[in-house]
Amino acid sequence: MIRKFIGASLAMALLVTQPAQAALKVLATTADWGSLATELGGDKVNVYTATSALEDVHFVNAKPSLVARARTADLVVANGADLEIGWLPVLLQESGNTKIQPGTPGYFEATAFVRLLDVPTAVDRSQGDIHPLGNPHIQLDPRNVAAVAKGLTARLAAIDPANAAYYQARGSDFQGRWQQAIARWTAEGAKLKGVPVVVIHTDQRYLLNWLGMVQLATIEPKPGVPPSAGYLAELVTRLSASKPTMILRNAYNDPKAVDWLSQKIGVPVVLLPFSVGGTPEAKDLFGLFDDTLNRLLAAGK
Amino acid sequence: MGKVPFHLAVAAYCAAMLPAVASAATDADVESLRKEIDALKAEYAQRIAALESQVQQLQANPDVGATAAVDQQVAAAPAAPPAAANAATAFNPAISLVLTGNYADLSRNPDDYAIQGFIPAGDGVGPGNRSFNLGESELTLAASIDPYFMGNLTASITSDNSIELEEAWFRTTALPFGLNVKGGQFLSSIGYLNEVHSHNWDFVDLPLVYQAFFDGQMHVQGAQAKWVAPLDEVLLEFGTESGNGNYFPGTSLTRNGLNGYNAYVHLGGDLGDTVAWRTGLSYVDLHADDRSFDEPNPAGGDSTSAFTGASTTWIADAELKWTPIGDPRNQYLKLQGEYMQRREDGHLSYAYDATDLDGSYRSDQSGWYLQAVYRFLPRWRIGARYDSMDSGTMKIGLVQQGLLSPADFPLLLSGSPTRTSVMVDWSPTEFSRLRAQYAWDDASAGPTDDQFFLQYIYALGAHGAHKF
Repeated sequence: MIRKFIGASLAMALLVTQPAQAALKVLATTADWGSLATELGGDKVNVYTATSALEDVHFVNAKPSLVARARTADLVVANGADLEIGWLPVLLQESGNTKIQPGTPGYFEATAFVRLLDVPTAVDRSQGDIHPLGNPHIQLDPRNVAAVAKGLTARLAAIDPANAAYYQARGSDFQGRWQQAIARWTAEGAKLKGVPVVVIHTDQRYLLNWLGMVQLATIEPKPGVPPSAGYLAELVTRLSASKPTMILRNAYNDPKAVDWLSQKIGVPVVLLPFSVGGTPEAKDLFGLFDDTLNRLLAAGK
Repeated sequence: MGKVPFHLAVAAYCAAMLPAVASAATDADVESLRKEIDALKAEYAQRIAALESQVQQLQANPDVGATAAVDQQVAAAPAAPPAAANAATAFNPAISLVLTGNYADLSRNPDDYAIQGFIPAGDGVGPGNRSFNLGESELTLAASIDPYFMGNLTASITSDNSIELEEAWFRTTALPFGLNVKGGQFLSSIGYLNEVHSHNWDFVDLPLVYQAFFDGQMHVQGAQAKWVAPLDEVLLEFGTESGNGNYFPGTSLTRNGLNGYNAYVHLGGDLGDTVAWRTGLSYVDLHADDRSFDEPNPAGGDSTSAFTGASTTWIADAELKWTPIGDPRNQYLKLQGEYMQRREDGHLSYAYDATDLDGSYRSDQSGWYLQAVYRFLPRWRIGARYDSMDSGTMKIGLVQQGLLSPADFPLLLSGSPTRTSVMVDWSPTEFSRLRAQYAWDDASAGPTDDQFFLQYIYALGAHGAHKF
């Protein structure tokens, strides 16, 4: 009986096994780093993005298809700083793929290339689901993206030396276009300096820091903790006295709490893509910042 | 501190200090200048520490580290405190502690609980005790051992002040071709629920079929090898386990070598963007030597019987999780079911008073459960589960020969135990959960056991895994 079982299993394995493809297989944990890997790797990479802009990356499950992707990946492009703590370590472990284990060249963490904000001085879960390594949502400061791109170009060249020149050329081209875009976005965004806003979670921290916008309050009383009725009432009183210009909401956020607050204090909600794919306009990283600025500027008038 | 890191650190310190001092020199206020320098000193001490750790990484892995160290300076644009050390580099094992407990209201005395028609397994059968119960306080320590192995210990401290070893294993991290080897004591990967720790269960208790066939969950003392096929879109993994065989339905044996084995295959993937699925087929082959159990005898007192022979079990499992586009915290639906079939073949001894007999024994039994759990609000889930067991055919030689009557085996008389459970749970955060469960349990002969539970589960320490 058991021979039949093993025989059938092997036959199944042979049936579904496909020939390996030549392109470097990249497993990106978020749409932003997936988009960056595509920008930098061109047709030499085959990028699979584990999550979409419409979900909260922290709460993803280590589902079977992701284990399969991790098994065949040559490079994992992760965000890091514990954003994927609930599922990426499981994937890496379950996959049995030695190429992508932390500490090897096949494991890339974006947050290793930037300076994190909000590194807590005390770490205690009574403060909510805080990130002990600092705020991990780094992608909304274009200067961070430039730094990560530089690191990723070097990494692609290191693990695929045959195409190193190709990656370097694409990397320089990207940096050139990106720096121009940063200059444009910074100029456009200057109007937003000092504009007071309310956010849900602190995940626009880097965007606000870059543009010099002011965060008046968060709708979550503590990270990951939904607001109580009492907290919301207090927020209404506080914000009616000093009104923000807008309330920011990410594409994946539940609109209920922000819409309610918006009605109470008469301040518009601005939907931001947050990640590539969060809005139809945010098709790639350039689109992400174009659209984010357009939406902020439209509401900030 | 080595030679290279020291030089690099000093260079970085000077490079960073010079512009800061130069701009501060134009400031007339000497007192504030002093304060600023003190603050800077403190900050740079931290930065040097961060740089040191990077240099260490760089030395360990020049290709990777070089880009990281250079880019750290490039990316300094946003003014911010230096990044803390990466958690992955910490030497201390990740520690997590789970506290659980419940309040149980059971309409029937749990001492009389038995799954009718099935040889009693052990402590893993039944709803537990009445009133307030402290559950297992489960402590887990896990860390990488070296570049080739990682280790994990999970011990539970039970309410009677004893320590039970749940798991204590090492696993390989550097084997090629997608191979993983685990050794020690671990929860077997057979079925679906077998390797899920109790604090991650969707109900207070295990399905009846796990209780009857594995006395709860199977903890293998031995080794496991598994292999994941190199497929892009579909998870296909094969695993096999073997050990000393001293885990239900097996017993301790005095033989050398591998005492029994398990084998499994898992197949899983996605259906569109919103549905993830997994199916599995597992096989368990164990040997029991004098696996004894007591039954109340109609004439008073207990009889003791023991099974010796082969026990094989097939398990088919399927799980499906639907998560609509949007925040998975808000809504998902998970369906899960397992079917098991067990054959036991050997002989059964019987001892009561002066009677001491031995005869052939053969059984072919099955059971299944199906459950659905629905998250309908960010913190709330409801679930329903149906259990069904079929005692199937059981040929007891002593009865067939007319030496004993079926009434001498009151717990083995044929039965079709069923149970229906419903639950609702509330999870304020990922780290806490409160649950209420109600079950109509018809596993034992006689009237329905109405069971009501209130349960708490708290997770402290290291962030748990979001397993599928």
